[in-house]
Amino acid sequence: MIKSNLLISIIRTLRGIGKRMIERVWRLGAGARFFFLTIIYSGESFRRFHLVMREVYFTGVMSLLIIIVSAFFVGMVLALQGYNTLQKYGSSEAIGVLVALSLVRELGPVVTALLFAGRAGTAITAEIGLMKTTEQLSAMEMMAVSPIARVVAPRFWAGVISMPVLAALFSMVGILGGYLVAVPLIGVDEGAFWSQMQANVDVREDIINGVIKSVVFGVACTMIALFEGFDAPPTAEGVSRATTRTVVISSLTVLGLDFVLTSFMLSV
Amino acid sequence: MDRSTIDLWVGIFVALGVAALLGLAMKVGNLTSSNIGETYSVSAAFENIGGLKPRAPVKSAGVVVGRVDNITFDSNRFEAIVKINIDKRYAFPKDTFANIYTAGLLGEQYIGLEAGGDEDTLKNGDKITQTQDAVVLEKMISKFLFNKAAETEEDEPKKGASATKSADTKSKELGDPPF
Repeated sequence: MIKSNLLISIIRTLRGIGKRMIERVWRLGAGARFFFLTIIYSGESFRRFHLVMREVYFTGVMSLLIIIVSAFFVGMVLALQGYNTLQKYGSSEAIGVLVALSLVRELGPVVTALLFAGRAGTAITAEIGLMKTTEQLSAMEMMAVSPIARVVAPRFWAGVISMPVLAALFSMVGILGGYLVAVPLIGVDEGAFWSQMQANVDVREDIINGVIKSVVFGVACTMIALFEGFDAPPTAEGVSRATTRTVVISSLTVLGLDFVLTSFMLSV
Repeated sequence: MDRSTIDLWVGIFVALGVAALLGLAMKVGNLTSSNIGETYSVSAAFENIGGLKPRAPVKSAGVVVGRVDNITFDSNRFEAIVKINIDKRYAFPKDTFANIYTAGLLGEQYIGLEAGGDEDTLKNGDKITQTQDAVVLEKMISKFLFNKAAETEEDEPKKGASATKSADTKSKELGDPPF
């Protein structure tokens, strides 16, 4: 009797794991098909570009404040921490290189993507989820308007356009913040700060790679937010769960992708 | 908010992004300084290039005059062949000396060109014959330690006598009695 109970519970656990795995694979496939459809329908959103413009305004322009303020503080902290360590080795002039490289290569794209997922990704998920809950998407389908062409594709391209712009601004403002701490506050030589930076930051290997990263993160974050919204159960609880999942999955995807992209870029 | 205001804001946003990228490229990166125009390429063979990498600077009198293009290995002579691109504005004599130096104690390595006295100048595809290898820190340290050991071994039995030092240590190593 006890033995059979044990067996049943093991089988139930295995069944649960299997079900969850199949669910994951199903979602992955659905996400891939969704991505494909978005790309196919994006021609229409380019023809009516004002839709994309409006979304760039909401996802990009409205994110400027949080991006600029956090970039400024990140740059200042980097300069302070970097100076503290570099000074032990008598090379405090290298602080410009440290701030610029860490911002341009890593922190710019990654922190921007994390903030973007929190600020714009959640808004996208909640908006589309609510559209689905209030049956606006079904109404569009009734009118023979594809919701993917009308709602999803403009938001996707707006995210892809906004991310590199925001990441570039993040790096630039961060470097300015680092400059303000290093040169006027700590008293590192200004010429050494900029010249060491220019000697060691490569346009193709560092800056262009950073831009590539931010474009990839933009695609990933926006796509996850859109899919979670589109796939959310049409209830209040479903939308709230989907919003949470957007942040969690986006952040994990960004960090994982960052490792993969970095290993590709450094091995070349 | 009507459409034209949104367009204006998006325009400002994208312009800011482009300005930030340009700023990164110009002020932070080395787009302006690495911009060598027309170049000619010469090669040089080294027995050991240390940590020299492609795109490392080629300097003469401290001024960047070119960049390392690529580094290959010659399996016939077991040497490294370094191809360098030099700016067309600068001509160097045929007997120019190419050294591999290190910037600072542990910095990156670069090629230093020291002009010779020849009247002919290096042309595209020429080979620099006089080269000096990179300094390998381990070799230098071991040489130094070896000399030091020889000195102290010498100093203890006989105070001073630096002229017979090397002969004496050698005979000791061979097992002969010191004379």
